[in-house]
Amino acid sequence: MRKLILIVLAVLLGGSVVLGGGPAGAQTDTTEAGGGATTTTTEGRVVGVSGVILNDDEPVEGVVIVVKDASGAVVGEATTNADGEYDIPLPGPGDYSSTLDVDSLPDGVNLRNEDRATLEFTLRPGQNRPLLYPLGESDRQEVGGVEKFLQLLVEGIKFGLVIAMGAIGLSLIFGTTGLTNFSHGEMVTFGAMVAWWFNVNFGIQLIPAAVLAIIVGAAVAALYDFAFWRRLRKRGTGLIAMLVISIGMAVLFRYFFLYLFGSRTRPYADYAVQKGVDIGPISIAPKDIISIILSIAVLVAVGLVLNRTKIGKAMRAVADNKDLAASSGIDVDRVILFVWAAGGGLAALGGVLFGVTEQVSYQMGFRLLLLMFAGVTLGGLGTAYGALVGSLIVGIFVQVSTLWVPVELKNVGALVILILILLVRPQGILGQSERVG
Amino acid sequence: MSDTTYDTAAGAARLAAELADVPSEPGAAKPDPILVSDRMVRRFGGLTAVEVDHLEVQRGSITALIGPNGAGKTTFFNCLTGFGDPDEGEWTFDGTRLTTAPAHKFPQAGMVRTFQLTKALSKLTVIENMKLAAPDQRGENFFRALVPGIWRRQEREVEERADQLLERFKMDHMRNEFAGTLSGGQRKLLEMARALMCEPRMIMLDEPMAGVNPALTQSLLEHIKEMRADGATVLFIEHDMDVVSSISDWVVVMAEGRIIAESPPEEVGQNQAVVDAYLGAHHDAPLTIEEEEAELEEADELLEEIEEAREEEQGR
Amino acid sequence: MDLRSVLDNSFSAAVGVDAVIYALAAIGLNLQFGYTGLLNFGQVGFAAVGAYGIAVSVTYFGWSLWVGLGVGLAASVVLALLLGLPTLRLRADYLAIVTIAASEIIRLVARSVTFNDYTGGSAGLSAYADSFYDLNPYSGARYSFGPVQLSGNDLWMVTVGWGVVLALTLMLWVLMRSPWGRVLKAIREDEDAVRSLGKNAYWYKMQSLIIGGMMGAVAGFAFAIAKTSVQPDNYSTDFTFFAYAALILGGAATTWGPVVGSIIFWFLLAFTDSLLRQLVSNDKLPEAIISGTQVGQVRFMLVGIGLVLLMVFRPQGIFGNKRELALDE
Repeated sequence: MRKLILIVLAVLLGGSVVLGGGPAGAQTDTTEAGGGATTTTTEGRVVGVSGVILNDDEPVEGVVIVVKDASGAVVGEATTNADGEYDIPLPGPGDYSSTLDVDSLPDGVNLRNEDRATLEFTLRPGQNRPLLYPLGESDRQEVGGVEKFLQLLVEGIKFGLVIAMGAIGLSLIFGTTGLTNFSHGEMVTFGAMVAWWFNVNFGIQLIPAAVLAIIVGAAVAALYDFAFWRRLRKRGTGLIAMLVISIGMAVLFRYFFLYLFGSRTRPYADYAVQKGVDIGPISIAPKDIISIILSIAVLVAVGLVLNRTKIGKAMRAVADNKDLAASSGIDVDRVILFVWAAGGGLAALGGVLFGVTEQVSYQMGFRLLLLMFAGVTLGGLGTAYGALVGSLIVGIFVQVSTLWVPVELKNVGALVILILILLVRPQGILGQSERVG
Repeated sequence: MSDTTYDTAAGAARLAAELADVPSEPGAAKPDPILVSDRMVRRFGGLTAVEVDHLEVQRGSITALIGPNGAGKTTFFNCLTGFGDPDEGEWTFDGTRLTTAPAHKFPQAGMVRTFQLTKALSKLTVIENMKLAAPDQRGENFFRALVPGIWRRQEREVEERADQLLERFKMDHMRNEFAGTLSGGQRKLLEMARALMCEPRMIMLDEPMAGVNPALTQSLLEHIKEMRADGATVLFIEHDMDVVSSISDWVVVMAEGRIIAESPPEEVGQNQAVVDAYLGAHHDAPLTIEEEEAELEEADELLEEIEEAREEEQGR
Repeated sequence: MDLRSVLDNSFSAAVGVDAVIYALAAIGLNLQFGYTGLLNFGQVGFAAVGAYGIAVSVTYFGWSLWVGLGVGLAASVVLALLLGLPTLRLRADYLAIVTIAASEIIRLVARSVTFNDYTGGSAGLSAYADSFYDLNPYSGARYSFGPVQLSGNDLWMVTVGWGVVLALTLMLWVLMRSPWGRVLKAIREDEDAVRSLGKNAYWYKMQSLIIGGMMGAVAGFAFAIAKTSVQPDNYSTDFTFFAYAALILGGAATTWGPVVGSIIFWFLLAFTDSLLRQLVSNDKLPEAIISGTQVGQVRFMLVGIGLVLLMVFRPQGIFGNKRELALDE
C-alpha cells in the first residue's frame, strides 16, 4: 500500500520528471519504491542525469538511455551497469529529452507506461537530476477484448469531445469567413496555458481557473479578429493569402509559447492523477466523467445558441450568404466577432480538458489541429454539427485503433482515414452531395 | 487588310427554309440535329431545377434559349456543357455521346462554351488567353515542353491565328494588355474570340449580351452571325427579346425547369404559354442567390461601362 | 561585440547547404503554389521520402546511393499521386490539410519504434553518403572565399547543390514559357475556364504536384547528404513553413524568387541568430528576457512575423511584380 502511495506521489510530483528540488522525503523514498528511479547525491558531481533502473526491486543491466538537447542532437548516452545504475553527464543547463531504448530491455520487461519512453526535462545550473522510468506491469490490468474495447470507446468519446471543442470553432470560423484557420491549434494551447498559469502560479483551483481561461480565451480571440482579421478582410486580402497568414501567426504563437513556457510538458496542480472508478466493466477516473459531462453540456448549449437565439440564426445566415445577410440588416462584422469569441472560448475549454489528460505543452494545440481538421473534413466543412460528429469519430477511432495499431502510431491511423474519406466522399459523411470545388 | 465579309442574311434565309417544316412545339424534331438531349433532370436537394424531356438543336442554326428568371436556363445549359452534373439524362453531340464525359472533353469533341460571368484569365495577357485555347498543342505535354524546338513552329501558327481573330474582334490593339485590365464588354469579346480558338462546331454562349453597352451589343450580334456563316452552330441564353428576334433562327422557351415552347422567333410572342410564363414570374425579383449575384455583377459592369464611356468623352 | 563574425556567419549561411536545401524545396513550391496555385503544405513530407529513400536503400537494403536517388524520386511520385488523387478535384484547402497531415504521418512513422529496423527510429540513420563524398575533387582540408570558410566536403556539396539549383531554375524557366506552363498559370487563375477550353485541369494539377514534389525529394537528398545523417525530427512542418517564407520573400511565381529568397532568408536568419547570441553571451541582454536556448525560439517567431508581414504588405515578395501576382484575389 505504501508503495502505491509513493508511486502516485512520484507521478504527481512531475508526471514526466521528478523535480530535483522536490521534497527530500519523497526523493529518498522513491528508491525503495521499486520500479522507480533513485536520486544520488549531487555533491561533487557534474551536472547531468542519473538513476537506477529497477524491475520489481531487481536492478536491470544493459538498458540504453539516450539524451538529446533541444535541437535534437545527441548529447549523452549510457548503459546501465550490473547495479542497474546509469549516469549521463550533460554539457550544461537547458532543455533536454531522454529516451529509454525499449529494445534494450530484457524480454518480458516493459515500461509501466509505454508512452513515457521519452521524457522531456529542464536542467538547472549545477543540477544532477534523476529520471523516472518505472518498469513492470502496466497499471491497467490486462482485460478481455470486449472490456478493453469499451474502455477505449469511452476514452475515445472523451478525446473526440475535446477535439470537437476546437473543431466546432474552426468550422464556424470557416463557415462565416471562409478562412481555414491554421492558428486555431494555438488558441487551444493558449487556453490550456492561461488556465495553467492561474492554477499553478496563483494557486486558483482548476475549475475556476478554467472558467477564467475560457473568458480570457474568448476575449483574446475576439481581439484577434477585431485587431487583425477584420482589417485583412477590409483590405480585401484573398482567402489563400489569409490561409498562409494564419500559418505565419501559428508559427509566431507556437514559438512564443515555447519562449514563455519552455519545451517541457507540465501538469495542472489539480486532478493530475485520480484513481479510476469501476462502472460495469470499465474503469474511469472521476475527472474523465466530469470532462465528458461538461463537454456534452457545453455542446448542447452551443447547439441551442445556434438554433434558438437571434445571434445563432444570424451566424447561420452569414454562413449561408454574407451579402444577403448584410443586405437584410445583419451586422456581419459583429456576428463574425461573436464567432471568433465563441471559437476562442471553446478552444480554451478544449485546451484545459486536453491538458488535464495529457498535460500542458507548447505544441499540444498543433497536435490537436491535425485531428480537428480530420474531424471537420470528415463531418463536412463549415457545419457545426458535422464537426462534432466528425470529431467524435476521429477521437473514437484514434483510441480504439490502439487495439491493433501501436500506441505511438494511433494518430497516423486517423489521418490515413481522413485521406481515404476524401477519396470516397469528399463532402464529408454528413455534407450534402454537392460538388465541393 | 481584308476584312472577310460574311453574307449573314443568306444564312438566315437558309435556316428559315430548313426549319420551315418543323412544328412549333416543345421537343420538336429537327431535320439535321447536331445536339440531342433526352430526359435531362437536375435536382438541388428537394428542388427540381431542370426537367427537360427532349431537345434537338439544328446544325448551323442560331438557337436562342429564353425564359423568365429562375426558369433553369443556366442550369440546363451547364448540364449540356459538362459543368452541371445532372442527376439523369442522355445527350449526344454530333454523334458523340457526352453523357458521362468530363467538362474538358466537350471542347475536344467540338463544343465550346462561354460563361455569364466572364472568365477572362486576368493575370495572363490577351494574346496568352487566346493562345491557351488552341487545341492539340505539342508543347502542352510536359516532356515536349522542355524542348522548345519541338513546339515553337506550332506556337507561331497559333499566335498568327490568334492575331487574326483579335483583329476580327477589333481587339488587336489590346494584344499585350493583361486581361484583368479589360472592361466588362471587352472581356465578353475576348471570351468569345477565345472560344473560337478552339475551332468549335458548336458554340454555347451564356448571356453574351448581359451587361454590354448597346454599341458593343451590335458588334457582338454581328460576330454571332459570322459564326453561323462559318458553319458553326450557336446556342445562346438571352433575356432581351429584341436581341433574340433580330438574330436567332429558332427559339426555345423554358419555364420552371421545363421547355414550354419552341418556335421561330416571330411566333414566340403569340404563344399563350410563353406569355403566361413571363407574366406569372416576377421578372424583377431574383429567385436564387446565384441569380441575384449575377444581376448585381451585371449592374456593376454596366456602371463600369458608363464610367468608361464618360472618361473617354472627357478625354476627347 | 564582434559584428564582423556576425556578418561572416551570415554570409556563410547565405551560400551554405541550408540555403541550397531550402532553395530546392522552394523551387518545387514555386511550381505548385506560385504558378499553379496548389497549397502543398507538406513539402517536408516529400523531402523526408527523398532523404529516407537514399538512407534506407543504402543502410537497410545495401543498395548503392545512386539507386537510392531513384528510390527517393519514385517514392515522391507515389506520394504525390496518393495525395493528389483525392484532393485535386476539391477546394484548394483540402490539399493543404491533407499534405500537412501526410507530412506528419511520415515523420511519426519514421520515428516510431515499430519501423525501427528500417528507419532507425528517433535516432535516425547515418553512414550512407560515402559514395557521394568519394567523388569529391577538392582535396584540401579548408577553402576560404572572403568571409566564407568551407571544408573540402562542404565545398563539394555546395558546388553540386547550387549546380542542381541552377539546372532546376533553368528547367522551370523553360517550362513556364511553354504552352504547358501557360496551362498551369491559367489554372491558377480560373480552373473552370481552363476546363471549358478543353484542357484536363485535374491532370495538369497532378503533374505540377508530382514535379514539385520530386523537387522536394531532391531537397531531401541534399539535406540527407549534406548532414550525413537523417533524423526524423528534422523533418517537421517547420521545414515547409521556412521554405514558404523563403519563396514568398523572394517572390512567388518569379524565376529567381525561390533562389534569391532562400539566400536572403538564411542570411537574415543567421544574422539575427548570431547577433542575439553575441548579445546574450556579452550580457547585453538580460537573462530574464532571453537566454541561450531561447535564441532559437525567437528566430522561429521572427520567421512567423516575417511571413505574416510579407503576405499582408508585400505578397509579391521583395522583387516581385504586383501586376503578375498570383495571390491578391
